[in-house]
Amino acid sequence: MSLHPMPVPQDPWPWYVAGPLIGLFVPALLLFGGKVFGLSANLRHACAALPVSNRAKPGFLRYDWRTAGLWNLVFALGIAVGGFLGIRVFSDPSAPMALSPETVAALVDLGVSDLTGFVPAQLLSWSALMTPAGALMVLGGGFLVGFGARWAGGCTSGHAISGLADLQLPSLVAVIGFFVGGLAVTHIVLPLLLG
Amino acid sequence: MTNSALRFRQSDGAGDGASPSPAECLDTEQVEPGLRQRALAEGNAPLALAIYGLLGAFLGLVFTKSQVISWFRIYEMFRFESFHMYGVIGSAVATAALSIWVIKRLGLTTLHGEPIRLSPKAWGGSRVPGARYWMGGITFGLGWALLGACPGPLVALLGGGVSVMVAALVAALAGTWTYAALRDHLPH
Repeated sequence: MSLHPMPVPQDPWPWYVAGPLIGLFVPALLLFGGKVFGLSANLRHACAALPVSNRAKPGFLRYDWRTAGLWNLVFALGIAVGGFLGIRVFSDPSAPMALSPETVAALVDLGVSDLTGFVPAQLLSWSALMTPAGALMVLGGGFLVGFGARWAGGCTSGHAISGLADLQLPSLVAVIGFFVGGLAVTHIVLPLLLG
Repeated sequence: MTNSALRFRQSDGAGDGASPSPAECLDTEQVEPGLRQRALAEGNAPLALAIYGLLGAFLGLVFTKSQVISWFRIYEMFRFESFHMYGVIGSAVATAALSIWVIKRLGLTTLHGEPIRLSPKAWGGSRVPGARYWMGGITFGLGWALLGACPGPLVALLGGGVSVMVAALVAALAGTWTYAALRDHLPH
């Protein structure tokens, strides 16, 4: 028994296991029901399903969401259950991520020292939500994800996986856009916000 | 939004000439009345929904155990300091691409015998070609790196009890609603 119960950093399932498993959801959904793998559509289905009178809804949200998207909403509900199992049952919440040393150093420069859990509690938590940086990351980030995913017509699953796998050029443009935005935040916005 | 267009568009199995132009598929929920009944009997049948739920649970577990739902991994990815995320996304795309190639090559149908056809994504009618893809893409990318989660992982984190993601989900729904309201004024 170690006298120093320092938690061992957790390595992820290797990419060559997780990636092909995720990729197999594309044919599984196509063969089972002709469905296209794409999760951000659920944000639209959820808006369309809100108990608000049709007159109060923009036309984009007036459609038969049960026929078009009930399967996908149930699929997303399943993801939440899988997240519960993965985080609460099959992960050690006290163990930090086994990140690259360069990333750890960069996080320390940003003032992020707590590497446990799946999100940095110093930035993404209810108490951090009261700070400008936390509010921008949680609320601003969430808003931009919801707005941008529908504008672009898809998210990481719909464009980066389904779209690229079907060799759709528009999806490649969207994925390049994802990276332009992500690089700008990581290399410009976050250092300004937290540095 | 091509999923419903794909799912509910009648296909005669002919060549590309028979399919509607991509612009028609773009973001329209083409739910034909006759097909609604079939959807209720097939895709929305309790057993089918249970299978979608189980598939989702498995995906949520893979997302979690591969740590792609982690803000830290997204940050590391955008700093190019680990191959992990690129390996996951790259091998997922390769697996999916090979699968789609096999499905098209063998002319496979769904379990219910319907033809499988993927609608091409339209470039849109904007003066700026593909405006929605790069403008919307950049908007999404900004949010992805700030929040450290895209829609699927957001839901997985919620299920795992990262309760601040409730606020992120509400913000994401507000973003989608705002897009819906402004849609006619945005380039596509």
